[in-house]
Amino acid sequence: MSGISYKSGRVPHAKEHRVVFRNIDREGWDTSIATYLSEGGYEQLKKALALPKQEIIDEVKKAGLRGRGGAGFPCGVKWGFIPPTNTKPVYLICNADESEPGTFKDRYILHQDPHQLIEGMAIACFAVGASLSYIYIREEFPEAAKIVEKAIAEAHEKGFLGKNIQGSGFDLEIYVHRGAGAYICGEETGLIESLEGKRPYPRIKPPYFPAAMGLYLCPTIVNNVETLCHVKHILEIGADAWSKTGTPNNTGTRILCVSGDVQKPGYFEVEVGKVTMGEVINDLCGGLKPGRELKAVIPGGSSAKVLRADEVFTVGRGDDARQLTIWDIPMDFDTLAACGSMAGSGGVIVIDDSRSISWVLNNINNFYAHESCGQCTPCREGSLWMKKITDRVVAGKASPSDIDTLYGVAKNIDGRTICAFGEACSWPTESFVEKFRDELVSDTRPELEGAIVNAETLTAAAGL
Amino acid sequence: MSEIKTDLVDVQIDGAWHQFPKGMRMIEACRQAGVEVPHYCYHPKLTSPGNCRMCLVEMGMPPRPAPGADAPAPDENGHLPIAWMPRPVIACANTIGPNMGIRTTGPLTEECRKGVMELLLANHPLDCPICDQAGECSLQEFSVEHGKGESRFRERKVKKPKNVAVGPRIRLDDERCIMCSRCIRFTDEIADDPVLGFTDRGSHTVLTVYPGRELANNYSLNTVDICPVGALTSNDFRFQMRVWFMRETNTIDTNCATGCNITVFARENKIYRITPRQNNDVNSDWMPDSHRLNFHWIESESRLTDPLVKDGDHHRLASWSEALATAADKLSALDGSEIAVIASARMTNEELLIVNRLVKHLKAGHVDTVARVGEADGYLISADRNPNTNGVKLVLGLENPGSQNEAIKAGIEQGRIKAVIALQENLVDDAGFTPELLGKLDFLLSTYPLANATADASDVVLPGASWAEKSGTMINATGRLQRLNKAVDAPGQTLEPWEIVRDLIQATGGGNGIYAVTDLFKQLAADVSEFSGLTWGQIGDLGVPLIETGVTIPLLEREKQRIASGLIVG
Repeated sequence: MSGISYKSGRVPHAKEHRVVFRNIDREGWDTSIATYLSEGGYEQLKKALALPKQEIIDEVKKAGLRGRGGAGFPCGVKWGFIPPTNTKPVYLICNADESEPGTFKDRYILHQDPHQLIEGMAIACFAVGASLSYIYIREEFPEAAKIVEKAIAEAHEKGFLGKNIQGSGFDLEIYVHRGAGAYICGEETGLIESLEGKRPYPRIKPPYFPAAMGLYLCPTIVNNVETLCHVKHILEIGADAWSKTGTPNNTGTRILCVSGDVQKPGYFEVEVGKVTMGEVINDLCGGLKPGRELKAVIPGGSSAKVLRADEVFTVGRGDDARQLTIWDIPMDFDTLAACGSMAGSGGVIVIDDSRSISWVLNNINNFYAHESCGQCTPCREGSLWMKKITDRVVAGKASPSDIDTLYGVAKNIDGRTICAFGEACSWPTESFVEKFRDELVSDTRPELEGAIVNAETLTAAAGL
Repeated sequence: MSEIKTDLVDVQIDGAWHQFPKGMRMIEACRQAGVEVPHYCYHPKLTSPGNCRMCLVEMGMPPRPAPGADAPAPDENGHLPIAWMPRPVIACANTIGPNMGIRTTGPLTEECRKGVMELLLANHPLDCPICDQAGECSLQEFSVEHGKGESRFRERKVKKPKNVAVGPRIRLDDERCIMCSRCIRFTDEIADDPVLGFTDRGSHTVLTVYPGRELANNYSLNTVDICPVGALTSNDFRFQMRVWFMRETNTIDTNCATGCNITVFARENKIYRITPRQNNDVNSDWMPDSHRLNFHWIESESRLTDPLVKDGDHHRLASWSEALATAADKLSALDGSEIAVIASARMTNEELLIVNRLVKHLKAGHVDTVARVGEADGYLISADRNPNTNGVKLVLGLENPGSQNEAIKAGIEQGRIKAVIALQENLVDDAGFTPELLGKLDFLLSTYPLANATADASDVVLPGASWAEKSGTMINATGRLQRLNKAVDAPGQTLEPWEIVRDLIQATGGGNGIYAVTDLFKQLAADVSEFSGLTWGQIGDLGVPLIETGVTIPLLEREKQRIASGLIVG
């Protein structure tokens, strides 16, 4: 990163390794194509157009790029799911619906480096054989949509989009589609339904796996913004060099978004697994607020299971087994999964001892009750139920057994829904109750045990 | 080892092995194995969104050996061991594969069902005592079988719109709705009138009708039938009768040549409701609203209850023997060539058979029926609005039913025809015979359920039972022989038309030895070659194909396409 200067106060930390975020907050950088081209922009697209498609897919597979949207699924493997016998059009959709609470990385790419995304998308589209592609941008990013629209127009003008790109015979159109303000549109089949003009009700899988039956029932690849940007960099430096960053099976860099009770919250691009939770909090974020102690961390967006500050995690098996404190956890996909949570979307939410756990959980439940699409029973009815219980816990109107009910409701959602929203809304409750039961119970009142909570409703129903 | 056919796979359901076609939905395989999987949103005639989650079951497949490890060994029957998946799967949309295991019992499935039931009832109003669906409600049924018995829900329930008129014939209670989306899918996929949809999100989701539109298509009441709860209720039926008090009769619709299979719900001789009955060769699971609701006339004040004989300008009550003797007197005085018999294509084959005997007995020179032609709707309603035109052709032997009406009118006008026997037809209102024309006759006898202008012009009026009050068989447009079954008793002295015709033959000196409608069917089997070898019992509730007509039912053709494309089970 020599020779690049960043805006004052926005200089990357020494432990960062900026690849996708290379140009974010960069002095003298703007979103114009001229600026992008002055730094070798679209060279990787030109290079890709001369390669056999399978070679690009193999390169992405070899790099071990895992999806940065939340699930961490290997990107090249996903691309390989398109049926080889397919005769229908193939679509590629960039998921820019970044809506997981605690996540704010894609917006900076869209706002400050849109051509990086377009180049990554164009390469990916060429590799999977898509001539039509969409960027699904959440409603809450109106500026991003304008910026990306402008960038697409510029790329068109310069012949990086449209018919016969750079004389290669490859055609590609990219359209921006604006969401209407629903979290569920980030779920890939919900997004596809929304793009088709319907309510974003996620589809059942099987049979509607997007790679086989996606948009308009054609093979469709849905990738996150950050993932698609990485495609460009994999081509630029080669899969071997790219996969040397990060750690085995957790290759490359990823952007962590840290929010909550730290001195300097923000975004940090780090090599996956090379930075520990302790380094994130203490070095990248300047530590906890003065006089405060760490209480908990939600490591991968609000739907990730919470980690308690004093937990000891056993990771690895057999001879490789080792014990970690929360501070030692390397921020990678596999270790966070082994710790019982997930790397998710990279949204790290830090909670210190000034916070009421009941309040935090209620806040999360509020979000999921509001965002449940309502299609399938467990999540539709359970998310609001959980919210109503934690409402009462916060208000001091709950009894200790309500905590058991809360946990039971979450367990009735987990694993029984059409899409992963079921886990997204039940994991916070499950993990908070498992790890902070005492604190939750301490906010309840034993004397309310058995009391009729909705006396008003019952009275009205009885006609009294 | 069981013989392996190419298209069959071995599936273990609750411990027992079965063979079913590959690609069959798990829920259907379970059903065929005699295991019911509870469900709300799944309907075999509609696409499967998998939204209710009631049909979650435990599923397993043979374990995949680790690289280098030995494949698992089959048991003595050739079945591989099953590795059960930790997550349940929906049985409605997932298909079976080789050596699959399904568990519909056990802790995981039972926990899932209990959980879904508790969640479905959390915001449900539980107003069963005033709900029309009570007694035939899937929520009630599955609560009893799979519920917890006690809810942990202590919160305020979500308030939603109630008593919403979503169309001219249907009201919606959104609080009862469990968002299964069956009605939405029906209106979209079957009725091609997608006016229903969900608005709002999460627990606040409401079923609603598109602004400015209404659920008014002629198939709208089918949504009430498929609503598993009491969210959609029929204006015609709501608050009229508890379902458990009613007696159900399987019979057929007589409003057109399709002959939709129906169930008539009656209590104490009064019909309260008609619903379509599944027959995949006739009406699938559906029927048109216009036909379903066309039964209230059966208890009309205009019903004829006794035989009437004209005395001067007025009709007076008469006994059956007097009325028949009057008719016999008049008819005996005439030559057969002066008599016209106008029967009805609404009559059963049995009735038409005995009408045929009457015609031969009287040597009647003229015989016809009345044609009823409307527009086919492209779904279930046939352009032929008579239910048994094919029976008229086959049993009464008319090549072109209805074609002689004008010739008969001319014969009356010219004085060649002096007597008309109008059986179950209203000649004035339905066939264009004017009262003046009928006034030229020496003798007019009519049978019909209702008083009408033809009865007014008749010398003898005989009360003939309506379709709901008689039994027999009919042949629908596609050539299918179906049974009409008596649902209620006819009022007063009313007789079934075949009885009237039999008695008329006897009164005019003939004889037959017919004592029951089944005797007539035996005669049909003996006299009409197409019926040869058939018995009353063989026809059953679903009928049997009798003749080739080449006619197809548009709704069924589209259903076949959807089945072939795998969209629906069928």
